[in-house]
Amino acid sequence: MKYTFRILRLDPAVDQSPCFQDFIYETPEKKSLLEALMDVRNDQDCSLSFRYSCREAVCGSCGMVVNGQFDLACRTMIESLGTTLIVIEPLPNLEIQKDLIVDMEPFWKALFAIEPYLFPGETRPEKGHRIDDREMEKIDQFVNCIMCGCCYSACPVVSRDERYLGPAALAKLYRFVKDPRDKRGYGRWSRVNTETGAWGCDTVFECNEVCPRKVRPADGIEGLRRSLVLEKIKGLFKRGQ
Amino acid sequence: MITHDILVVGGGLAGLSAALTADPRLSLAVISRVHPLRSHSVAAQGGINAALGNTEAGKDDNWEKHAFDTIKGSDYLADQDAAELMCREAVPAIYELEHFGVPFSRSPAGLIAQRPFGGAGFPRTCFAADRTGLVIAHTLYEQALRRQVKVYEEALVTKIVVENGRCVGVVIYDLASGQILPIRARAVIFATGGYGRVYLKTTNAYINHGSGIGMAYRAGVALKDLEFVQYHPTSIYPKNILITEAARGEGGHLVNNKGQRFMADYAPSALELAPRDIVARSIQTEVDKGNGFEDEYVHLDLRHLGQKKIDKRLPSVREICIKFGGIDPVETPIPIQPAQHYSMGGIDVDVRCATSLPGFYAAGECACVSVHGANRLGGNSLLDTVVFGKIAGREASNYVNGLDQRDGNEKHLLEEALAERSKVDEWLSRSGGKMAHHLLNDLKVVMSDKAGIFRTKKQLEEALVSIRQIRDDYGRAFISGRCLRYSQAIVNLIEFGYMVDLTEVITLGALLREETRGSHYRLDFPKRDDAGWLKHTLVSLKDGKQDVRYRPVLIGKYQPQERKY
Repeated sequence: MKYTFRILRLDPAVDQSPCFQDFIYETPEKKSLLEALMDVRNDQDCSLSFRYSCREAVCGSCGMVVNGQFDLACRTMIESLGTTLIVIEPLPNLEIQKDLIVDMEPFWKALFAIEPYLFPGETRPEKGHRIDDREMEKIDQFVNCIMCGCCYSACPVVSRDERYLGPAALAKLYRFVKDPRDKRGYGRWSRVNTETGAWGCDTVFECNEVCPRKVRPADGIEGLRRSLVLEKIKGLFKRGQ
Repeated sequence: MITHDILVVGGGLAGLSAALTADPRLSLAVISRVHPLRSHSVAAQGGINAALGNTEAGKDDNWEKHAFDTIKGSDYLADQDAAELMCREAVPAIYELEHFGVPFSRSPAGLIAQRPFGGAGFPRTCFAADRTGLVIAHTLYEQALRRQVKVYEEALVTKIVVENGRCVGVVIYDLASGQILPIRARAVIFATGGYGRVYLKTTNAYINHGSGIGMAYRAGVALKDLEFVQYHPTSIYPKNILITEAARGEGGHLVNNKGQRFMADYAPSALELAPRDIVARSIQTEVDKGNGFEDEYVHLDLRHLGQKKIDKRLPSVREICIKFGGIDPVETPIPIQPAQHYSMGGIDVDVRCATSLPGFYAAGECACVSVHGANRLGGNSLLDTVVFGKIAGREASNYVNGLDQRDGNEKHLLEEALAERSKVDEWLSRSGGKMAHHLLNDLKVVMSDKAGIFRTKKQLEEALVSIRQIRDDYGRAFISGRCLRYSQAIVNLIEFGYMVDLTEVITLGALLREETRGSHYRLDFPKRDDAGWLKHTLVSLKDGKQDVRYRPVLIGKYQPQERKY
């Protein structure tokens, strides 16, 4: 099969603006987009840059936009795209560093802002905590996140307001709030009780759509909202007494 | 000049464990060629061993039994004091991970769940479904964020800088800027992982070129037992993505084209849960006998486990099969074949993770203590990374705190960086020659054809000749174009020189070791020879030549006996 890869190129050190470059690629084999991109780079233009590592959809390096769809290049089989013209663009909402490599800094900054680590309680049971597996199941989908940034890039709220924490960070926070071992106080996590936090989400669920790991970050955001409202009611009730 | 007390090279499990354990009063930085979460550790699936005794079947387990299984699994090449240390430290290490927030799967009693794994006498492998490496890596990274550990991302270390017989820093290629610079450090910890990508078929990530091991060798440190290369029995055909041993731990069967569970012929009591070297060889033997499918693979059948168990315990396996193999293991057996997976050998370190070069430490897959000997048990590699990562962090801190010498000389470090830069300039200035990916492919073909699962004197000798030929080709390497930023060609060529070194050491060690032990199977010497070979291979570079020495294995309580499973 013969394909045309139309790849958005930019080296900010040299170029004024990004432009598409076409590469003709032919292969008899079943190749992933990542394998194909490596072939194109090796055989046609060794300056073509993109990130990759594991090639099995677990390291989160190779998120990009392929014919308008967000996905990891490694788990995208080119023949499954159903077309011979393949348009490849870097993740939006992030600055291009070179070609398909984007600056993930705003994404990591948002993650850091929610304090993404366990706040253990005062008791540290020597043999670990006793937790019902059903409790752990509640956070199951969220610990499947690989921080590829697809959801952040696809989020319409992030694109109009860079202060918004975005789906991955908020879902991560929910993962800790729901973890029976986490004892962060309401005062800590209720900092997302804002328009740039849990209430920023437009509920258009782009994040759920694009996640290559079947995480539904919007479930986490919804969960945070429910918990925030619940805590507020509890607070009112206490005051009422 | 960027200067730190401790520089940790590698952001996977071993590197992050080292960073989290180091003395917080010291200035420490982690440097990694990728963002830490892109490290190969995230691909570990099945679990991490510790004799917690959390299940009914495992209630009599203890760390001594874990140590015995590890030593027996190593075909008695592990140093027994080191294996005991690792297994003893395993229990507190797991509870520390639990308190860091690792979301381990739970037993019915609410404890950390444990599953059976190959070569283990009890269900001893703690897990989080089949994404154990992912969740541990993310958790350690979270802890690193909490402590605001300094991380230099996307910078490839290209060389260790030595001054007056002491490690004083490294040279790096910074991908984002394209610059080649020195970083000065009083101690350097390598946690750079394995070298799977010197083989055609490997479960390893694309970034696993093993250059860290080669850099240590070039700095004069010995490489130990590099001839022991683990093939994982079950990688999905043809992409060679790992299908975890947990698939067999949970009850999966290996079946040949006659519908037989052939492991009964090779390991009558352990069957599919024999150690990896035995299972990998058995699969390859079946395929070679014509009992495989398409002369390439056998089946791993999970169908009898049912969808519910597969979705609960092996969700990633199912996803990998569907996405990368085009089959659903709930309905269809998985086509699997052995693929290179792990390096038992590595940089020669003692139980303190110290090398012969003062100030230079190593931990994790790039290092060899040795706890895995001639064959590593499944679930022991994650354990190795966290236990010895911590030891490396602590010992490097002690070293720095006790150091009364001055920091490395700036001029010397800059000169070393300039020398690295001129190598790159030479590649860029050539108008023709050998390109990086061609060199890499040539090397992979040699290693796969001639230094694979089954080895002979003739093939290994041929491999050595070919590798030396490839070294000459490397002298004519070139890069087309002039872009320095994010250049994979530069990365590949820098690493390639080290890959040639380490493949030469693998092959030489394999050629000299005239016996069969663990993963090292010599068709011309098919028996283990304790009288002649119960010793570690140590290869170092002396005046540009390979110097081969041997060191006896440290035997403790357990006298070597025949391995039967």
